[in-house]
Amino acid sequence: MNKGSVRIFSLGDSALTIEFGNVVSEDLNRRAIALARYFQENQFPGFVESVPAYASTSIFYDLMVVRSNFPEFETAFAAVEHLARHALSKPLDLKADKGRTVEIPVQFDLEGAFDLAFVAQSHGLSPNDVVKIFTEASYRVYMIGFLPGFSYMGEVEKRIATPRKETPRLVVPRGSVGIAGKQTGVYSLESPGGWQIIGRTDVELFTPDAESPSLLQSGDQVRFVAIR
Amino acid sequence: MSILLQKPGIMTTVQDLGRTGSRRFGINPGGAMDRTAARLANILVGNADGTAVLEIHFPSPQIVFEADAAAAIGGADFAPTLDSQTIENWRPFFAKKDSVLKFSEKVAGNRAYLAVKGGFQLEKWLGSSSANLSAGFDGILGRRCEIGDRIVLAEKATHHLDGQGVRISNSLIPLYSSFPTVRIIRGAEFEYLNAAGKRLFLDHDFSISNNSNRMGYRLTGNTIKLAKAREFISSAVSYGTIQILPAGQLIVLMADHQTAGGYPRIGHVITRDMPLLAQLGGNDKVAFHMVKVKEAEDLALEFERELNFLRIACRFQANR
Repeated sequence: MNKGSVRIFSLGDSALTIEFGNVVSEDLNRRAIALARYFQENQFPGFVESVPAYASTSIFYDLMVVRSNFPEFETAFAAVEHLARHALSKPLDLKADKGRTVEIPVQFDLEGAFDLAFVAQSHGLSPNDVVKIFTEASYRVYMIGFLPGFSYMGEVEKRIATPRKETPRLVVPRGSVGIAGKQTGVYSLESPGGWQIIGRTDVELFTPDAESPSLLQSGDQVRFVAIR
Repeated sequence: MSILLQKPGIMTTVQDLGRTGSRRFGINPGGAMDRTAARLANILVGNADGTAVLEIHFPSPQIVFEADAAAAIGGADFAPTLDSQTIENWRPFFAKKDSVLKFSEKVAGNRAYLAVKGGFQLEKWLGSSSANLSAGFDGILGRRCEIGDRIVLAEKATHHLDGQGVRISNSLIPLYSSFPTVRIIRGAEFEYLNAAGKRLFLDHDFSISNNSNRMGYRLTGNTIKLAKAREFISSAVSYGTIQILPAGQLIVLMADHQTAGGYPRIGHVITRDMPLLAQLGGNDKVAFHMVKVKEAEDLALEFERELNFLRIACRFQANR
């Protein structure tokens, strides 16, 4: 792994972030997911959790436990940084990131497709064209965040990529499928939000009592299927 | 065997120290805003630090003890009374069956914590009873307390804690102020501020906007911009992260913050000083002082050691 490009910094006194870059890239995202998984599977004393994002991995720790278990380091930060550098010195198991493919049925002809006409219009397309282009592609889940179970997916084709709304909606219904620039995502819960809403799904993206409360996980591939 | 909320208060929720391990699903830890106050109140009644408590704002609830209970209040001073008798914060008290707890005045701070010996009987989600107002739960796990809510006590009170026993040493009681200086460590994007921007951030004070809540505090004051406009892709944030919003205002992420964000992170409030921040309300002020990671960690360790002494003293008292 290319160590030179990796930056490690404090995220408060009880967490640090290993940053692989500041671009949306499948390669960097794979590394971030693999490193987060490495720490889930190889937990050190004081480890709390590891969280992958687009191109970074954050590790949360109990600084008291880290300090007492790694007295040779001046700080808990230095100890966890050392553990991270050590993990990066070995090849990460990128194969583990063979994410599943998940199909999500979407209704595009509902009243709930608030912005489908706008997205079509702003690209000189018909709503049907937008749906066709949108459902032909498969999308990578780069990260989960914003809401419980909300996935940031990409990349949406340039021909239909549309910036966020200037004024966010106060209420976006649960299940709304949205576009923000080249990103797409599904509102796992009702929430305020500014993404362009082009359809709606009945699939539960967030199930509080499930062992994995989020249907989607970083690294998954998603295909949207148009239903009536 | 429960407590009854005769008046719910403006924003009363059940909180413990939050749920960890699920950030990767977009689920934030949540939990008490002033974790130190919640822990101290628990320790005073002999509970484990992470036992669920009531987080109380002002106007506060009016609470009837429908059974005998040993309890303690920590955090903000809202001038509590039990059957019209003044009770002190940071000191265990015994509430007889049918006694009424009221809070009459906002004296200092913005969040008080009520711990009862043995805790409450509550459901847990992902290891925590903290209310999560966004996940759509029914009942007390998914909302603020309402009038007529009953919260069941997990334990029958066996003996009196009459308040003559344990007191917290002054060094452990947080010195709340409406204009604290809180210590921070640098954030990843601090280096993208120029010298003037760093001074605007560190040499001036900020006001807490009324548009602040458990998710975050919006600060008003100097407008701060990065030396050069930059875009950042989303990555993790944490409790106490200070970000610059696009218009140049600051926001400090609080207990119910989202798990990820894309705004520049210029600092992080240290764990030791989070209670000072957590007790602020609209129009209070704050100033930031930057320290090294080593100092932030040492301060947290020092506090945990003191807390241990108190824990031992309280156990001794309880077993006497």
